Amino acid sequence: MPSTLDLRRRIRSVKNAAQITKAMQMVAAAKMRKAQAAAVAGRPYQEMLTRVLAAIKGRVEPSSHELLAVRPVRRELMLIFSTDKGLCGPLNTNLFRELTGTDRDKTEFVVMGRKAVQYIARTRQNLAADFALKDTVHYADVRPIARFASDKFISGEIDQVRVLYPKFVNTLTQQPVLRNLLPIPAEELDLEGDTNRGEFLFEPDAQGVLGAILPHYMAFQLYQMALNTRASEHSARMVAMKNATDNAKDLIKDLTLEYNKVRQQNITTELLEITTAQLAVG
Amino acid sequence: MAKLQLEIVTPETRAFSEEVDMVVLPGAEGELGILPLHVALMTQLLPGEVRITQGQKQIELVVGSGFVEVTPTKVSILTDMAVADAEVDEAAAEEAINRAKTDLQNKDLNSEEVAEIERALARSLALLKFKRRTRH
Repeated sequence: MPSTLDLRRRIRSVKNAAQITKAMQMVAAAKMRKAQAAAVAGRPYQEMLTRVLAAIKGRVEPSSHELLAVRPVRRELMLIFSTDKGLCGPLNTNLFRELTGTDRDKTEFVVMGRKAVQYIARTRQNLAADFALKDTVHYADVRPIARFASDKFISGEIDQVRVLYPKFVNTLTQQPVLRNLLPIPAEELDLEGDTNRGEFLFEPDAQGVLGAILPHYMAFQLYQMALNTRASEHSARMVAMKNATDNAKDLIKDLTLEYNKVRQQNITTELLEITTAQLAVG
Repeated sequence: MAKLQLEIVTPETRAFSEEVDMVVLPGAEGELGILPLHVALMTQLLPGEVRITQGQKQIELVVGSGFVEVTPTKVSILTDMAVADAEVDEAAAEEAINRAKTDLQNKDLNSEEVAEIERALARSLALLKFKRRTRH
């Protein structure tokens, strides 16, 4: 039977842990909202990209652009967005499960996030580059990654670039998604087919506009994926920390109950001792 | 008189959205002045300055590379950065330049890092040049 002092100590330490997890939960909730707001703020940009692509539809020769060239895949570059810190539930584990079965001899990895670095190091795979992203992702931080990937693709060193990231579905659900980045999937751009409208002049010409827009398009996709990763990370952490706080509260309740039981038992024993002593004297 | 709706969007925010009288911007084939009822046009935007006339007011912004879509009533600029004069922090820009220069002297860098630092340097220099010029 534990003493009241032991129980009091345990209750105090569980309370401290609950306080910390509660604080982390609240911080994660605030950061998640920020990441979501950033993703929404990019929507006008997205709409305009779509508008420009729609305007050049049917006026260009898509296969002629180097970022759209489909080649047989001999070597592949895999970009992974993960978190820097743990305590976010099964987010990273689920993510890395998608990588089982990748051909390690023909795949090189580019990682964003310390957890992914650890995973690649642990499984002894080829690490081509390690980019650090801050907690608040800026577009300027993502561009070097896009540049790195497209340079390797254009030089022919790499035939395909894919990205693995946790897609933010809602607060409770994050879906690991593996997507093709390069060559840019033609059906995503929707460039084939009839011209939509004929009223635009192009400077220098439609093909030039296409060539200029594709790097922006790709970098923006990456930026959105980075924001998705952050939103997923914070929502996963929020849920994990909420569970931890709830568990701690349950534990405190159980411990308090036991503490009171022990305390009452002690009082009863003491009373019994006193009455017995009195009876013996009287 | 007819007005132009000008919109500048970056990946991070809608940087500008107002009615204006005239826009001058750096296009792929030289400076481009756009008045209301301009012919529909789509062109590349080069890094430089966008000058906006709004009534008596002149607004100047530094923009990065991107796109311009012009219709008779509306100009949409898609760019990766748009910074107004007041937002350019001269001290911060200078500090960034110095940091970039010291970094470049550091020998153990790979080519990607060098390219990235050089880009940062060019960006800061452009901001600083713009700030100094608009002050007079």
